[in-house]
Formats: sequence, C-alpha cells, structure tokens
Amino acid sequence: MDATIENIAVSQRANLEVFSGTLQHLAQTDRDIIVVTSDSRGSGKLVPFGQKFPEQIIEVGIAEQNLVGVAAGLASAGKKVFAVSPACFLTARALEQIKNDVAYSDNPVKLIGISAGVSYGALGSTHHSLHDFAVLRTINNLIVVAPADNFETEQAVLLAAETDMPVYIRFGKKQMPLLSEEEKTFEFGKGRVVREGSDMTIIGTGETVAPALLAADKLEREHHISATVVSMHTIKPLDYDLLRNIAASGQPVVTVEEHSVYGGLGEACASFLIQNDFHNRFKIMGIPDEYTVTGSQTEIFNHYGISEGGIAAAALGLVR
Amino acid sequence: MLEVMSEKELAQKSVGYRKKILKYIYQAKAGHTGGSLSCIDILNVLYNHTMNVGPGTFDSPDRDRYIQSKGHTVEALYVVLASRGFFPESDLETLCKYQSHYIGHPTRKVRGVEQNTGALGHGLSLSVGTAIAGKLDKRDYRVFTVLGDGELPEGSNWEAALSASHYKLDNLCAILDKNTLQISGPTSAVCNTDPVDEKFEAFGWAVRHVDGHDIGELMAAFDALPFEEDKPSLIIAHTVKGKGVSYMENQLKWHHGVPDKQEYADAIQELDALEVTLA
Repeated sequence: MDATIENIAVSQRANLEVFSGTLQHLAQTDRDIIVVTSDSRGSGKLVPFGQKFPEQIIEVGIAEQNLVGVAAGLASAGKKVFAVSPACFLTARALEQIKNDVAYSDNPVKLIGISAGVSYGALGSTHHSLHDFAVLRTINNLIVVAPADNFETEQAVLLAAETDMPVYIRFGKKQMPLLSEEEKTFEFGKGRVVREGSDMTIIGTGETVAPALLAADKLEREHHISATVVSMHTIKPLDYDLLRNIAASGQPVVTVEEHSVYGGLGEACASFLIQNDFHNRFKIMGIPDEYTVTGSQTEIFNHYGISEGGIAAAALGLVR
Repeated sequence: MLEVMSEKELAQKSVGYRKKILKYIYQAKAGHTGGSLSCIDILNVLYNHTMNVGPGTFDSPDRDRYIQSKGHTVEALYVVLASRGFFPESDLETLCKYQSHYIGHPTRKVRGVEQNTGALGHGLSLSVGTAIAGKLDKRDYRVFTVLGDGELPEGSNWEAALSASHYKLDNLCAILDKNTLQISGPTSAVCNTDPVDEKFEAFGWAVRHVDGHDIGELMAAFDALPFEEDKPSLIIAHTVKGKGVSYMENQLKWHHGVPDKQEYADAIQELDALEVTLA
C-alpha cells in the first residue's frame, strides 16, 4: 500500500491558508500591503483579510485583465500589491498584462496564482494551469515560484513583499506535509535539498515534492537506492549551481512537476544540462500532452505517476 | 512651477510641436503620424496648462500622472516631454535607431514616461490602479490617460471603466482622441463604438465633448475637472487625424505613413504659414 500525502500532512495546512495568514501578519504593520482580487477572496482564503483590513483589499470583479492592470498601477504608486486569482485565469487571460504592465513596465506586483496545476481536479481543463511555468519563463523580469510546503510558502510571501521585482507564486489548496525539519533556509533562485542521497536525484517543485519524498523513502526501503530530493521552488531563475552539482555526479535525474511536460521545470533543467555537456540519464515527469484525465488532484497525480509508486518506478527505470 | 501660458501661446506651441513630430518621424522613417497630430493639442494643454508635473517633480509622489493608452502616437508625447525639459530634444535624433531608448512606443527608460504602453487597452486599468492608490494615500494627484477611439473594442477598457466608477475615481480623467479613423478604415465601420458618450455614462462616468483642437475648450474642460464629484471624467475630444497638414487630414494612409522629402517640405511650409498667422 502506497503512503499518501493525506496521512502524513495531518498537522499541516494548505499552502493557500498559509499565504492568507502570512499576508494578514504583514498587513498588521504595513498599510502599503494591498490585495487585489477578482471575486476570488473566498477561494483565496482572504475573507478574514478583507474583514480585518477592508481598506487594503481591492475587488475588481471577475475581470483578470483589469486585475493585473490595476495591480500594476497600484504598485507604480508604491503599494506592495498581491494580485490574487486562480492561476489558470491569471496567467492565461491576463498574460499580456503580466508581460507588459507588470514585467516590462517593472511594476513589482506579486502575482498569486491560487489553486494551481490540477488543484481544481474534476472541474477540468478550463480550471487547470499546466502552461504557466512555460509561458512565464519566457517573460523577462519575472521570478517564478512554486512553494512546496507551509514553510516555503510563508518564506516566499515574506520575500515577495520585500523584493522590488515582479514575482509569480503559485500553489494549491491541499494540506501539504512539512518537507524538512532541518533545512530552514529559503531564498528565491536557490533550490532546497530536502533529502540527501547517494545514488540519484529527484527534483520536484510545488506539490510534487511531497510524493517525490515518499518515492525516495520507498526506493530506500524496498530497493536500497538512496535518492536525493530537491525542492526546486524557483523555476526562474533556476538554480544552476545546484543543478551543476547534481549533474556532476553523473547519476540519474528525475524531474517531477504539476505542469505540462513541455516547457516547465523538466525542460528547463534539461536545457541547462545538455548545454553544459552533462549527459545524465534523465526523465521528465508531469502531465503529458493530452486531454487530461478526469479526477481529483490526487487521482490525476496517480494516473500520471506523480505518486510514491509512480516516481519510484520511473527512478528505478533510470537507475537499473 | 508651470509657466502660465495663454491660449494664444499654447496654440503657437502646438504648431511647433506638429513640426517637430513631422521632423522626427521623417528622420526616423517611422512613426504614427496621423494619430500624433490628432492628439498633440490635448498633450500640449495637459503638460503646459493642466498637470502638476515637470522634470523637477517627476519623482514626487504627489505629481499628476499621465499614462498614454494609445501608445503608438508616442512621437506626440516625446516632443512635449522634450519641450518641458524632461530630456534634451537632441535625444530624439535617435528615435527608433539601433540601441536607442526612444522606441516606437512609450517606455519608462525615457524620463517622464509613467508606464510602458503600446499594446492597446492597457492604459485605463493602469490609470485606475494609480488613481485608487491616490485615494488610499489621500494624495491630491490626478491621473490622466489618452485613449484612442480605435482601441475601445478592447474589452479590458470596459473592465477598467467599471472599476473607475465603482471606486468613485473623480481623480481620474480619460480623454478620448476621437479621430474616427483606424488602420483598417473608419472606426464606425470597423467596429462601431457610438454612442460612446452614452456607453460611458451608463458605466457611471461624467462625460463632456470638446473640439480636441480648440485650445480654449480643452483648457476649460480640464479646469472644470472633476465634472461630477465621485465620478471619473471622460472628455470626448473630437479630433482630425493628421490635423494641421491639409493633405494628411482624414486620410487613412497617414495612420503610420511617413512623408517623403517633398511631402515633408510641403507640410513644414504649411505649418510655417500657420505659425505666421498666429504670431
């Protein structure tokens, strides 16, 4: 019987709730913290924020293009703006506003993509964001982040509030287990090694790091394979130093992401490796280029092997 | 402090601006000639009469803001900013040249430019956000944006128009440069947006019409802002594409047509003659 995220995350919260709590904490002492929402305060867990700080929440209704444009205008006037909307709509419908009004105009908006990846499960493809890493990676002057656990989420929000660069942060709404009790450093552009191993490396991002850790335990337990697990929370700028260290061992590398297998974490890593003459055995796991299967996030993950058993099987295929 | 200029002085200034727009477009062999000539009187009055902003106050949080939604007519903005001393006019010799900051749409790399625009339908949302920030901070600055009538079918304009009235942004003024022509033909034929006044009124805006080339009417309209307390203001400026050069006026080819040597000489001659009559 595979272990599940649910039975190890009982003491933790959804990253989305941590985001909301962290913002409230920031807003208590900083009146420049502004949240802009597109009828998304409920799904963004921002109702308590709105009740406590009614003057620091701007509602634009279901109008994502305007959400991002207004956020950029607020940021240009010195506000620390968090533009919060489902990742699927924020990064597709308002892509031109992200490109021009935020990144190109250098307005340091914090774009928060909620219920990212396949978090909306059976609501289907309209509500999935499997393109956001790919499209946002191509936009200059934008940090792209997918925190894995509550710690990374809190750190990402705190850092985003202080940085003068535009940032995109995406996360889901499922309770996530704490990745590591020991590794307590976090900075944008620096991947976190959350499990040390000696035979191979699994690089995850966002909500795929937890199943990657479970897979590593399974590999150790059942196959005596020792896997390093990395939380590559920042997709851009990618941590090339860490990648170089991983690749220099010559050992296999598996990447896992809640995103299309095209254009995301895996291809970003592959591009670096191949252009730097590393030829490690390499596997990209994610959502394939097909009509995504219907199901909950967990069911979709399991269907495509983003699970303890699926990732372990992929790793075994490379190691042996 | 802004030098107080009379209506007559401003009218003279507009002729000079028109000559410079043509000069730099002619030199660059690129630019949006017709639309720059249709909105130049609006920008002239904004920067030389209405707005509380200049090179010395551009970094002040209390400055008035101008965001050009119809970014393609950037030549009009550049010549006005240069004349106000935001940068040396000689910089415009590099317009659209290799490695120049003076590209064919507004960019913040040019001092005096508030936002990078050019993709249509962005200026109003940016202006709404900036105006909301002014209200939150209890600052007195105002936000101005010039929209083209050709860009109004962009849905984002209407999203922003809703927000502007929802938040009672009487510190926001949009000016519609209604020159009635866009790249494919008459705006009424491409996608009719009239009656645009009634549409904006229905969206909760206070609306006035002006002759967009009548300096006095423009001054009076800006002086009367806000038209109604708690409402954003829209000035519908009825303009002529290519205004000031008779062979360009209302001619579609001058949307982004560039004059050849003879056409340039003819245009300057006509404007020189106008300058004499205004002296």
